[in-house]
Amino acid sequence: MTEEKKSGLDAIDEGPTASDAATPTGGGTAGDPADHASVQGLMAQFSDAVMRHRVNAGDQHVVWIDAARSHEMLTWLRDDPDQLYDMMSDVTGLDYGGGRPVEVVYQMYSTTHKHILRLRCELPLDALEIDSVCDLWKSANWLEREVYDLFGVTFKGHPDLRRILMPDDYAEGHPLRKDFPLRGRFSRAEQTRRALNQEVERYYLAEDLDTGLVPQEAPTAEVRRAEDAGGDL
Amino acid sequence: MSQKTLEINVGRQEMGADGLPVPSPIAPFDIPEPDIGTEHMLINIGPQHPATHGVLRLVCELDGETVKKVVPHIGYLHSSFEKLGEYRTWNQIVPLTDRMDYLAPLIYNCAYVMSVEKLMGIEVTERCKVVRVILMELDRIFGHLLWLGTTAIDVGAFTPFLYSFQERERIYKMHESLTGARITTSATRVGGMMADLPEGWIDQLKHFLDTFPDTLAEVHHLLTGNLIHIGRTQGIGAISAADAINYGFTGPNLRASGVDYDLRKDRPYYDYETYDFEVPVGEHGDCYDRYLCRMEEMKQSVSLLRQAIDRLPGGPINVEDPNISLPSKTDAMSDMESMIHHFKLITDGIPAPEGDCYLGIEASKGELGMYLVAEEGSTKPIRWRVRPPSFVNLSVIPKLAEGHLVSDLIMINASLDIVLGEIDR
Repeated sequence: MTEEKKSGLDAIDEGPTASDAATPTGGGTAGDPADHASVQGLMAQFSDAVMRHRVNAGDQHVVWIDAARSHEMLTWLRDDPDQLYDMMSDVTGLDYGGGRPVEVVYQMYSTTHKHILRLRCELPLDALEIDSVCDLWKSANWLEREVYDLFGVTFKGHPDLRRILMPDDYAEGHPLRKDFPLRGRFSRAEQTRRALNQEVERYYLAEDLDTGLVPQEAPTAEVRRAEDAGGDL
Repeated sequence: MSQKTLEINVGRQEMGADGLPVPSPIAPFDIPEPDIGTEHMLINIGPQHPATHGVLRLVCELDGETVKKVVPHIGYLHSSFEKLGEYRTWNQIVPLTDRMDYLAPLIYNCAYVMSVEKLMGIEVTERCKVVRVILMELDRIFGHLLWLGTTAIDVGAFTPFLYSFQERERIYKMHESLTGARITTSATRVGGMMADLPEGWIDQLKHFLDTFPDTLAEVHHLLTGNLIHIGRTQGIGAISAADAINYGFTGPNLRASGVDYDLRKDRPYYDYETYDFEVPVGEHGDCYDRYLCRMEEMKQSVSLLRQAIDRLPGGPINVEDPNISLPSKTDAMSDMESMIHHFKLITDGIPAPEGDCYLGIEASKGELGMYLVAEEGSTKPIRWRVRPPSFVNLSVIPKLAEGHLVSDLIMINASLDIVLGEIDR
């Protein structure tokens, strides 16, 4: 029992506890590269850049690769005739918290060989950047923007790296990181104050904000009476 | 199969025999450009606009009426479901899932628990598998019907909208009698379902299956050979097969381009390989082929539903493991041990093994992937990622709409079948 009593709303702020940084196995069982042709190929081609290989959830092969060589390896996976991973299903981020590296996760599928493969790249917290794969798969465009937006990972060579789900001027950081509190960094009052104090000049051109021409004079009561009577002035 | 090929050809008979397309009657006339100074114009469609099918903002750069560039802006519905999920136990996440794709909520419910079960190595009962197949196929029809109605209304056809929403209403009623809710169903639980099918539900479904194909045939009659519909959709927003794969298209959008990729066939789950059904594939990759693919998919879903009803086995719907399934409500209210069991399972949650799991299923809009990461014994996910099909499908719109008219942009946007709830999450 802790000293302080927690209200229901405080209890919701308890996220999953960050694990011990010393045991990053990634779960599952140690994989046998012979079970998956692409893992075997990756190990033969880039033996020094493949860091770990596990089999998770029964039959899903996961390969941890060196982030510095990720672009080279992904290019090979896309173009090698035995691999031909032509579909980048998903690019996403992953943060364990507790000082462990942020990871970028790629889900790939080969429509020719019907292989599925998951790659994970670990990025240390002080160097959150990796090569963009937007030049290889166009589908990575928005997916990488989302990882940038929610995790703060910079994708080098991305054509249009902007926030996508959060507003462009969002100042509270990257929401899916474990150090980001569930209800935001700013108080509700501060969030409201910022929303109300936005500078309209940032979003509109000067002529849009102009009040327009000199307003037309409404006819005076005298003129209207004369018109109603059918007389001419 | 033969019928499918026939349908794809129905509309294309309007094309010339020598391979050159015959201009459709409502195609714009070839008027020479007047020699006047013009400039590009920026217009803003949305965020609140009926033709964007949600809270989507499209900033278009126009040359006259021709779209030069489209920049979609999303995020207006962002609810940070993925962050919320990290603070909830496995079963508490289920209600978040149906709020993403509120047009076909049961598919999301099923996809999420399937991924959790895969992560934990739980094998659900045979009855549960077939019930989930029934629910997923029913909601595929449900999702496609909304697409059909709203898309038809975008090209000016009002009647199919009324037909399809009438049919949707019947599915809403089935949702209601099964789960108590029309949209926010939350029907699944890890290891089974919230409840078994109620009495008479299958008869309700059978009646729907007997009458729904008639409605579908009427809509076919109204739209498939309709010259206005053909003029608005054929050759609009076309994309080649290689581009469609590279841009990440999945679902009917990808199959309309001629790629035979359906997760129910390519990476089958829940014994889909034992059902007898066809995957309709288009060849032109334009709005018309996307229309034909979805129309045929509804037909196939009706056949799948009939097969699933025939093989629906008896037996329990939840797994027998007390660490996963709750005791019955009657027991929990009358028996002390069952009440403790219920209390422990609700407060503690279900522990997961360390690892990660990605499971993609064929949702009504494309490949719906659920990626889960857990640590040893954690009752909440470290990361819950939804790979939303509409998100990736929508990102292609700048390519599809370039060079078309503004009115075609509306049609292209409609033909992608997006739902902003899952795009923004």
